[in-house]
Amino acid sequence: MSGIIALDVYVPRHRLHRSAIASALGTRATRGARAVASYDEDTTTLAVEAARDLLADRAPSALLFVTGDPVYLDKSNATVVHAGLGLSSTITAHDMHGSGRAVVGALRAALDAGSAGRDVVLVTSDIRTGRPGSTDETAGGDAAAAVYVSADEEPVARLLGAGSATEEFLDRWREPGQRWSQVWEERFGESIYVPLGRSAVDRALADAGLTIDDVDHLVVAGPHERAVRSLKRLHGLRSDADVADRMTGTVGNAGGTGLLLELADVLDRAAADAVVLVVALADGADALVLRTTDRVAAARPVAPVAERVGRGTLAVDYPTFLSWRGMLDREPPRRPSPVKPSAPSSARTSAWKFSFTGSRCLECEAVHLPPSRVCQQCHAVDRMDELRLADRRASVATFTVDHLAFSPSPPFLAAVLDFDGGGRFPAELTDVDADAITIGARFEMTFRCLYEADGVRNYFWKGRPVLDAEEVA
Amino acid sequence: MTSRGIRDQVAVVGVGCTPFGEHWDKGVDDLVLDAASAAMRSARTDVDAIDAYWFGTLASGPSGVTLSRTLKLDYKPVTRVENLCATGSEAFRNACYAVASGAYDVAMAVGVEKLKDSGFAGLIVDRPVGDGTATATSAPALFSLLAPAYARKYGVSDEVLKDVMTRIAWKNHRNGALNPLAQFRKEMSLETIRSSPAVAGSLGVLDCSGVADGAAAAVIVPAERAYDYTDKPLFVKALSMVAGPAKGPTDPTYDYTSFEEVVRCAEDAYRQAGITDPASELAMAEVHDCFTPTELVLMEDLGFSPRGQGWQDVLDGRFDLDGDLPVNPDGGLKSFGHPIGASGLRMLYECWLQLRGEAGERQIDTPRTRAMTHNLGGSPGNCVSFIGIVGSEKDA
Repeated sequence: MSGIIALDVYVPRHRLHRSAIASALGTRATRGARAVASYDEDTTTLAVEAARDLLADRAPSALLFVTGDPVYLDKSNATVVHAGLGLSSTITAHDMHGSGRAVVGALRAALDAGSAGRDVVLVTSDIRTGRPGSTDETAGGDAAAAVYVSADEEPVARLLGAGSATEEFLDRWREPGQRWSQVWEERFGESIYVPLGRSAVDRALADAGLTIDDVDHLVVAGPHERAVRSLKRLHGLRSDADVADRMTGTVGNAGGTGLLLELADVLDRAAADAVVLVVALADGADALVLRTTDRVAAARPVAPVAERVGRGTLAVDYPTFLSWRGMLDREPPRRPSPVKPSAPSSARTSAWKFSFTGSRCLECEAVHLPPSRVCQQCHAVDRMDELRLADRRASVATFTVDHLAFSPSPPFLAAVLDFDGGGRFPAELTDVDADAITIGARFEMTFRCLYEADGVRNYFWKGRPVLDAEEVA
Repeated sequence: MTSRGIRDQVAVVGVGCTPFGEHWDKGVDDLVLDAASAAMRSARTDVDAIDAYWFGTLASGPSGVTLSRTLKLDYKPVTRVENLCATGSEAFRNACYAVASGAYDVAMAVGVEKLKDSGFAGLIVDRPVGDGTATATSAPALFSLLAPAYARKYGVSDEVLKDVMTRIAWKNHRNGALNPLAQFRKEMSLETIRSSPAVAGSLGVLDCSGVADGAAAAVIVPAERAYDYTDKPLFVKALSMVAGPAKGPTDPTYDYTSFEEVVRCAEDAYRQAGITDPASELAMAEVHDCFTPTELVLMEDLGFSPRGQGWQDVLDGRFDLDGDLPVNPDGGLKSFGHPIGASGLRMLYECWLQLRGEAGERQIDTPRTRAMTHNLGGSPGNCVSFIGIVGSEKDA
């Protein structure tokens, strides 16, 4: 029987304080801040970031990518995630896009595949916003998560049972190409969601052979905030049961991905042998009953998800947020617009462009970024090995703040990065204040979209500051 | 490596240069015709007497036909050359070799660039279509990388380094103010330069060369025929061109405080010309001051200042018009302006004026008879370098 081997999340570093929206629009302020994907992030780049650590020492047979906001239509985004992660071409990659409901569907499919002996990594990401002034805008949050499912390895949590309730009703909708969703009056949705949720929970518990009294942790997530709040007050739930809500509070409602954010936080604190009831409310209801194993503590990452999410955040102002989401069209610099990357050229250099793979000389070990056929040190020809440096850290040799170069969010920041163990690359920087760049500062690489031209996203790697305490000190 | 040079084998017998600046009323053809005609008048010759042409432009027109169509040349050899900011010098170098080889008696080098028609800020260089991974840093930003690296290596504070950069721009503006062909014929106060709007790193607008339209040209003949054309020819002492392996951006041993391409190019040029102490032997130098930190680093790479001392020499005024070694007496790229394909030949134009005593208000009073032109094309650790040395006397 398969289970969850590992679960990791990625939350962008930028935060928009809800009070900033209120003061700009003259509306009533709500508390807290929401996570905001930077101008160079999209659902595809978020997915790569979420799955990177998880796949550092694992090779699944398939990658499933789920998002409510796919970058491309009529073209796979999962293959971009696959390339960004540097996965072998023998690992399949498939998309499941369009609505939050797909997340649970994909998770169940992954667990089924796991039971059938196929390791699957499920990656989900969402960028949530709405019309300026809307609840979707203030309450939304951008995030990604990755789950590794297998029957081979000892899991941190096993699936005990599942239940589902599906119905067609109109709560929220968005036509392809529209920038925001529209929603029906929320009390209607609540009246449908809550009974569906109860029904799914009942079926899942029955399937697991448990009762509501056995539940130690409850996760309810979905875009309909009011229905989610209602279902969290689940009848019969023990008073000492843990009801997850920390991530939505700090990140915002991350749509389908929100479910896995909360589950990750629960797995960070759950004891062994705990029962976790997970309910997704998205155009129907899906409930899963999981039981943690005695590996749940040992398998935890060094820093809990909730702590990592709060680290190194950067405030973004409301006009900048609007321009990043394409809702405020600002005057560009007086420079030529960038041209779309060439398809054949990108295909030839795929390992470099998508997974930051350079080369190392077999004769003298000199590292080359980008890969080179001729060694810059010993001049040997065609004596190279591939070397992926996406996870290698680097120090700034020198740097600049470029007010002239094209950037979707000027100024353009760049530094010459010298990588630990060899190799140099002059990289564009992101997620950093210009004033914080110094010679010797520590950076790591992150998968981003440099710009978009003719509808083509130009994906590549940028440097971002390392946040580890020992590195920053 | 063999680099024999062609010392004293050919001579420049005429030059021409248009004013540099915003020529809204002149096209590429007007600029080319004006510069070429001026050079022919200067050499007291005409199109029929010129055997071959080398035409330098970065992006203002393809092939030799851009020149032959403009001058309506009757089926002459015209070669278009491009080597980034060394383009004009590259046209000159190849024209000199053609004459030295004996293939032609009279050659002309013409360089032009029309930058102001683009409507964009700064220099626009079309790159080949690629995979989109080349970091899109602008030219000023690439050269601004020198400043923090130099300051750190030599223990100079960022404030003092900014003073040094400002002093370079101030000097070149001051020289340019005396030059009727310069784009910016105005002195700038240190404070104005220091507080000019930020472009990249510690570079303000006034740390950057002027984006300009312009053209320049020179006529080259065998040395033994030089006096048939003019009483005061310039003899070519050295021509050196170096293209580096471009590993600065990929090799961690490169420290962004020097241009190895220039160091190698200078060694070659000084050997060709028989120069051992350039700072005391040259009357002047036109160097590639595309951005103020570039000129600082060049003072050391060209051997004018010891390593780590260039900043002090700049502040001491050693390279001022009345200093030990005047650098960019015509205002340089900074204030003369930088129409890419024309700049190398514009530098030669200044050598012509200075070594013949025709530079007017900015005439350098010196017994020295040799002058340098230098171009750098590309960016730190990733460039070509050109050095030419000309002299008013033929060596014994």
